[in-house]
Amino acid sequence: MNKIIKIANGQGFWGDSVDAPFDLINNADIDYLTLDYLAEVTMAIMQKQYNKNKGRGYANDFVDLIEKSMDIIISKNLKIITNAGGVNPYKCAEEIQKITTNKIKIAVVEGDNIVDKINGYIESGISFNNIDNGKSIEEIKDSICSANIYIDSFIVAEALKSQPHIVLGGRITDPGLVVGPCIYEFKWGREEHKKLAAATVAGHIIECGAQCTGGNYSRWWENDNFTNIGYPIISINEDGLFDVYKDKGTGGLVNKLTVTEQLLYEMGNPKQYLSPDVTVDFTSIKLNNKKDGIVSVSNVEGLKPTDTFKVAVNYISGYKANGKLTVTAPHAIQKANKISQIILDRLKRKGIQFDEHRVDFIGYNSCSAATLQVDKDPNELTISISVKDQSKSKIETFSKELAPLITNGPPGITGFSGGRPKVQEVISYWPTLISKSMVETKIKVY
Amino acid sequence: MKIKLMDIACTRSGDKGDSSNIGVVFEYNDTYNWAVKNITTEMIKKYLEGIAKAEVIRYELPNLLALNFIIKGSLEGGGSDSLLHDAQGKTHGQLLLLLELEVPESFSQYLYNFKDEYLGKDDKA
Repeated sequence: MNKIIKIANGQGFWGDSVDAPFDLINNADIDYLTLDYLAEVTMAIMQKQYNKNKGRGYANDFVDLIEKSMDIIISKNLKIITNAGGVNPYKCAEEIQKITTNKIKIAVVEGDNIVDKINGYIESGISFNNIDNGKSIEEIKDSICSANIYIDSFIVAEALKSQPHIVLGGRITDPGLVVGPCIYEFKWGREEHKKLAAATVAGHIIECGAQCTGGNYSRWWENDNFTNIGYPIISINEDGLFDVYKDKGTGGLVNKLTVTEQLLYEMGNPKQYLSPDVTVDFTSIKLNNKKDGIVSVSNVEGLKPTDTFKVAVNYISGYKANGKLTVTAPHAIQKANKISQIILDRLKRKGIQFDEHRVDFIGYNSCSAATLQVDKDPNELTISISVKDQSKSKIETFSKELAPLITNGPPGITGFSGGRPKVQEVISYWPTLISKSMVETKIKVY
Repeated sequence: MKIKLMDIACTRSGDKGDSSNIGVVFEYNDTYNWAVKNITTEMIKKYLEGIAKAEVIRYELPNLLALNFIIKGSLEGGGSDSLLHDAQGKTHGQLLLLLELEVPESFSQYLYNFKDEYLGKDDKA
């Protein structure tokens, strides 16, 4: 008989719905639940938390989820694959052990985090050039705050051999959360590029949660139930053919358009979608409306992967702050221009100019730039002023310059209840590569 | 016949580092084939004034009746680096839906049939 496994996604990023994974665990007919908690900048935030407190650096939402759903996970024999471990997966596993009194078996996948090793690698002559702009890492190496390798999915499959309830990793790729269980269940080899490519596409479709089930959909009005929007499920067979759908009784919608929109999300060259496991050709994929609410996906082509892993390096490049003030008609635009100028002039008077600054009018041009014509003075708008500089004290001075305008500037300014703008570190992203032969991944079972 | 892109297509946008991408999806072979000939990178660059300041690249996905536009450098650093309000290009797709197009009269059969009853009703929940 043709074996089929069902894999859901209940989390597209850290901060996504806390109800979605809980509902899937409780209600859905699934074998695996994948939960993606990481984005590029998330790793840097977690690394900073960890540096301050060695007990942190992972997605604590995940620990809460396991605490409230462990009995069902055990009784259903559900397996969860997640990157919630962030930069501290061992601590995350220990916390889960503690709250579940060791009833939950966890396999931790490690080896992605090279923040402690990267400077040694650089000294030994490895280049880590930026793959977007070709620059040498020498110029930022002293400011590195996180460095994580996007590791391959075969280690996830390996981890599943110990029959855990949870495979817990750090920087496993987002689609890899789906590819790993497929490799394990169907015993796919590294040369089975078409099947690996199909599972990678399945992972790509569901990795952003509800973005393929009616969330962020252009024809949003067709979705008559956002309140209880269903998160996606795929059922896949050993040949890599799969269906996309969502649980019965949930809101949202699945059709060729919702799935295609998500296929194109964050897409570069569609003929060369690089993952650590396979290079996928998105121009081969065929979609079919199988029946209402089910889209089947076939004909995915794949080629052998590159011999490098991508590495996400983050570094601190300065400080920034953003402040907002709301101003109303009459003359909203003229007043907004004047107000922004006054703020910048007052800082200039103190000798302060910034490496970079930016003024936008929210409700007018903050997203549309010069694209759309506006022929009427708006009723109101929100001035958004952002500044960035190497010097923290300049940014702190800026954050004190907004509120005075309420009484000593043009009339009709409001919207300052949030207090002074917060001074933030700027975390910059440095995408680079590492030779696969240099990377060692390992598994620890709890 | 003058229409807007939203009458014949859906879009989805997001970030690719310092650049944004906008996926444009059509429903019919005729509208897709027309778009391949007529929705050029020059047209997109001109329309996205103030956003598309550098190169615009277009990829074709005939299997999905879709085009993928890369708006190079549009996120001014991207991620946490960027001072843009929409530093991840989340809204670029919606903006493109408002692009005005001059299409053949025969396209009236392909125009998306927006129904008023969709709006103004409560979530079924």
